[in-house]
Amino acid sequence: MTEQPNNLETAANPDKLRRVAIDPVSRVEGHGKVTLLLDENDHVHQVRLHIVEFRGFEKFIQGRPYWEAPVMVQRLCGICPVSHHIAASKAMDMVVGASLTPTAEKVRRLMHYGQILQSHALHFFHLSSPDLLFGFDSDVAKRNIVGVAAEYPDLARQGVLLRKFGQEVIRVTAGKRIHGTGAIPGGVNKNVSLEERDYLLQDVEQIVAWSRDAVGIARRLFEQNLDLYNGFGRIRAHTLNLVREDGAMDLYHGGLRARGMDGNTLFDHFDYGRYWDVIFEDVKPWSYMKFPFLRSLGPEQGWYRVGPLTRVTQCDFIPTPLAEQARQEFLAFGGGSAASATLGFHWARMIEMLHAAETIESLLHDTELQGTDLVSTGKRQGRGVGVIEAPRGTLIHHYRVDENDQIIRCNLIVSTTHNNQAMNEAIRAVARMYLDGRTLTEGLLNHIEVAIRAFDPCLSCATHALGKMPLELELIDAAGERISALSRGTQGAGSCLAA
Amino acid sequence: MTPPPLLVIAVGNPSRGDDALAPLLLQRLREWVARSGREDDIELLEDFQLQVEHAADMQARELVLFLDAGLNTQPPYTLDRVQPHGGSALFSHALPPEDVLATYARVYREPPPPSYVLCISGAAFELGAALSRHGAQNLEAAYACAVELMHAANAAAWESLMCGRG
Repeated sequence: MTEQPNNLETAANPDKLRRVAIDPVSRVEGHGKVTLLLDENDHVHQVRLHIVEFRGFEKFIQGRPYWEAPVMVQRLCGICPVSHHIAASKAMDMVVGASLTPTAEKVRRLMHYGQILQSHALHFFHLSSPDLLFGFDSDVAKRNIVGVAAEYPDLARQGVLLRKFGQEVIRVTAGKRIHGTGAIPGGVNKNVSLEERDYLLQDVEQIVAWSRDAVGIARRLFEQNLDLYNGFGRIRAHTLNLVREDGAMDLYHGGLRARGMDGNTLFDHFDYGRYWDVIFEDVKPWSYMKFPFLRSLGPEQGWYRVGPLTRVTQCDFIPTPLAEQARQEFLAFGGGSAASATLGFHWARMIEMLHAAETIESLLHDTELQGTDLVSTGKRQGRGVGVIEAPRGTLIHHYRVDENDQIIRCNLIVSTTHNNQAMNEAIRAVARMYLDGRTLTEGLLNHIEVAIRAFDPCLSCATHALGKMPLELELIDAAGERISALSRGTQGAGSCLAA
Repeated sequence: MTPPPLLVIAVGNPSRGDDALAPLLLQRLREWVARSGREDDIELLEDFQLQVEHAADMQARELVLFLDAGLNTQPPYTLDRVQPHGGSALFSHALPPEDVLATYARVYREPPPPSYVLCISGAAFELGAALSRHGAQNLEAAYACAVELMHAANAAAWESLMCGRG
């Protein structure tokens, strides 16, 4: 990015400033953290979301036979293994020259929408709802999953059961709860039996109903806190997402659509098999996470946002009736204000969850799920690119395979990496509005985290690591001395350690 | 249908060195359960990490055993009773066992089944790393302990086992 005054990416005189770190430390691996540089009057001069771990996955996968990739990539991330499983399988479809049979594609779609449903349910009901229901600076001891379960037990229960249903869809289609082998190069290795279909059908109406209710909850939260939700972390961003040939939302397959922050189309239905013609990755010395950008706009202006908010606003329609109705209401709300608000992510995410529930219901009634033509092959290729819309946004898997069937090169651009600059811009907006010139408290610093959480980042994915991320906040003076610290571990509420 | 009274949940990533200890232990227990014909008594689950849906898995159980690996765990392993306790970091997509139990208690409005954590001491957790010698040795000891627990699958027996180990 261009070093502009007040853009808060790089301070003019960092040596004279205090540093505050919001430091999620992992159990065993690297982690992400946010640093703020403040002057003596608590004015904010620099805000950065850093990722501090080397990317190791591309090397890990090199030398392995291509057919192992759909299974091995699930070990990249314990949070969204199914997304990597499907993206890698799509890339390997290209390697084996396959055009999927209807049964194979529908089984994979069912698996993918199960993943969308369970991921969105977890994020809304259990990761974000504590902030949204109790307030961003409410009692930190209550602001967690268990606090929500205590005050809103029915909501928490719905969250658990929505998540559980999504996991069951995955188990049925992938064959196992984890380390699934359902998707393979060129197809799938099992169909959905009538017994399995009936098992899922018995709950699906309830799942659709709860998802519809969840859209209503997200809307009410927005309505009840209109000024806050409209203004919080608001940024203007270009967008990138997949859309179906007719412009519909399609989270499994489509062409790339990019729009500028003014709504102008930069490219549409672009073949993702040549994504590098339109997307490039920049690096910055202060973060291991790359900064992708749209080539036509360059590294300074070409950053963009992906994920539910982008997909819901940039598709032409959602091809399931309840979700499309919810989308129309979302777009119309406040003259379009929710559709461009960072906290609009939550509402958009619930619209997608409803779409996922409707899609699962529709697929379960499709008799092609019981088909027996599962795998196809074609002319072998040396390169495979698989792209899906994962729960957090566009996910790109790109492999080169040699004549010995070994993977010799791999590049992954995960959703959180696409959103790297957008998240940085959002937390800078929050810092300007809420932190500048004020004495920092845990509640104020949580505002930064609320902005990050709206994107539902997976730092495990982005850094190719697994791990828990408890928080540690340190206030360090210009001489490097710790003045105070706030910590929030895995075992309980926060504590304040004044040095 | 009533599920098996004992649920064993192993968490870990097989491709991260000693993070594979719990899944490996589960694999050996699976063989032991099959050999012993105990499939109706014991259900074995594996996952990368714990999350809220595991509270649903715990319904109608008499006893739950979590298997995990830890970097700072006293070798060769620790065995502890775990109690419901809320308040994990919001940033995390993973929950500690205490939070799963607390979620259970709140969601189902009843105390969770007695639950224990068998945590194996590990040394190396990097992506692509093999099991460390330290971890492999501790796995043997943990397996012996786990089999003992499977033989006497009730909370009172497990409590006395813990006491016996000082």
